[in-house]
Amino acid sequence: MAMLSFEQKYRVRGGTLIGGDLFDFWVGPFYVGFFGVTTAFFSILGTLLIVWGAAIGPTWNIWRINIAPPALHYGLGLAPLAHGGLWQIITICAIGAFCSWALREVEISRKLGIGLHVPAAFGVAIFAYVSLEVIRPLLMGAWGVAFPYGIMSHLDWVSNTGYAYVNFEYNPMHMVAVTLFFTTTLALSLHGSLVLAAINPAKGEVVKFAEHEDTFFRDIIGYSIGTLGIHRLGLFLALGAVFASAACILISGPFWTQGWPSWWGWWLHLPIWSAAGH
Amino acid sequence: MRVSIPLLGMVGALALGVVAVLTLSHPPTISIQRGYRGTGMQLEYTPHQIATAFKTNQAPTAIPQTNAGPAAGTIYQNVQVLKNVPVSAFAGIMVSMTQWVAPKQGCGYCHVAGNFASDAKYTKRVARRMIQMTLYINSHWKQHVKNVGVTCDTCHRGNNAPSQVWFTGVPSTAAGGLTQGFTGEAMPSAAADGSALTSDPFTPFLLGHDKIRVSGKTALPNGNRMSVQQTEWTYALMMSYSSALGVNCDYCHNTRAFNKWSESTPQRVIAYYGLHMVRALNNDYMVPLTGTFAHNMLGPSGDVAKINCATCHQGAYKPLLGAKMAAQYPYLEGPGTLADPDPKSPAASGEANPAMITMTAVTTTPAASSPSSTTASPSTNTAPASSATTKPTQ
Repeated sequence: MAMLSFEQKYRVRGGTLIGGDLFDFWVGPFYVGFFGVTTAFFSILGTLLIVWGAAIGPTWNIWRINIAPPALHYGLGLAPLAHGGLWQIITICAIGAFCSWALREVEISRKLGIGLHVPAAFGVAIFAYVSLEVIRPLLMGAWGVAFPYGIMSHLDWVSNTGYAYVNFEYNPMHMVAVTLFFTTTLALSLHGSLVLAAINPAKGEVVKFAEHEDTFFRDIIGYSIGTLGIHRLGLFLALGAVFASAACILISGPFWTQGWPSWWGWWLHLPIWSAAGH
Repeated sequence: MRVSIPLLGMVGALALGVVAVLTLSHPPTISIQRGYRGTGMQLEYTPHQIATAFKTNQAPTAIPQTNAGPAAGTIYQNVQVLKNVPVSAFAGIMVSMTQWVAPKQGCGYCHVAGNFASDAKYTKRVARRMIQMTLYINSHWKQHVKNVGVTCDTCHRGNNAPSQVWFTGVPSTAAGGLTQGFTGEAMPSAAADGSALTSDPFTPFLLGHDKIRVSGKTALPNGNRMSVQQTEWTYALMMSYSSALGVNCDYCHNTRAFNKWSESTPQRVIAYYGLHMVRALNNDYMVPLTGTFAHNMLGPSGDVAKINCATCHQGAYKPLLGAKMAAQYPYLEGPGTLADPDPKSPAASGEANPAMITMTAVTTTPAASSPSSTTASPSTNTAPASSATTKPTQ
């Protein structure tokens, strides 16, 4: 694969966490490293196990293939392969692949001498997955409360798990998570449109930069967060959304077993509501 | 700014933490699987919830029944319903009723002292009708009460009036004050778990005959005229079922297709019969008693106390956790256990027989098309036509 003339400059040795120089090479555009090898190992093994699960299952319909976790009565123990054991091994493979990928990002960041923001951000996504498939099952005492692997089946799980708490939209952390997801898209669309506006001036005009961008927002809302700040804000909103999502499912079950509407009883019974002389 | 933002963050986190600790529960939890593994169909409880349910749903000790003596009707005057019951069993039922309904007031709650035959007290006239209702439930609604059956205590639990009844036209009192709207909308609804749904989902469905089904039968909304508002009425009613039984939606439904009988649990069929039973009880037993009750027993709009799921269930998936109380009172298990047909049954007294009305209604419905109510697979094709449903009236 062709490389741009300056790219070679950034392909430097070192920065590896494990494996020393052994895996310190590139395949085409891809840095390999020890964690590239483990990523490939876990991904391929996990995918093949899913194919195996499909083969012993009732359908090859891609939408309906379902690798389900063990029944609740297996608790936190191991289950036979055809009864959730495959799900358990695939989960290990998934976590192995995700963590390998994050550590590969760390090695690349070290090579480049940049911060670890990217692997840290990806780590939050891994945390969300681990919350659903490991932490919540551990808190509730059974792997069976985790979601299954399947395009339709995992959506069915989301539906039933939501309705297990009668009305999930009353989950306070779900509220925060939804708010942050929408705010993330708002911030990204404002930022994207502002940048495109600045570099696409009217015909004959010069491209505008940060001062114009800042001035636009100062004029319209009295404040500009700035060119660096918008990226901090974006990362905060995105990670906050993922973190709140993880929190909203972690409290559902381990820390609240009833309908979420009834949780708000404390709020409805605050002594402030009769203040208007009801 | 550098100092204040982390500080604000910490104060916020502290406030969140305090609210969380004060309001949330904590592990361990108890999960009960309700569907195929991995579907997420499960019930969840804390040990505290289970212990509370056990504590508040214990059946009282039954008074041993004997069948000695002649029929009560030949010994006592004015025995209209239980007249063929042997006198010792009759006495046992009377003493048990005192324990179930009026443990503080005793016999005098219903009977005039010195003249037990008198019908002077309205409570006695109501009690007679309630015995008939008990016989009716135990004999005509096996699909719902199975072999558990009901006694007075199923609802009364030692109270003159069951603690969980409903009236039409009661304003929500959950919050009020600053949150009070002019239209009554968006108020916390006690019936719907405190969420912002209608405060009275019972009148249209448990007294009226509005249809609950809002789902269409096709992927696209072809021909389905149901509105979001109608769905909210159904949702509120379903939430009342849920809190009445101490279960969640997954107890009966696979929520990927709420409407599909083939994907629902057997309990949905039992609930289906429960709905029709409650409707019949309210219309044929409770409402006709409106004029009999003392005024202070009626609701704010002058209507009689009515029945919903919570009246019997009181937070348990089976009332009194399935204790087979009725079996200890065989004469309460239905007119079939009496020598004669019940002389005061609605049919005998010239009123329309509620059983006949109800069964006629049931034949057009999906669950009735299934011969066995123990299997949860009535065909979806025979479901009531949702397009025929009218908007519930308030």
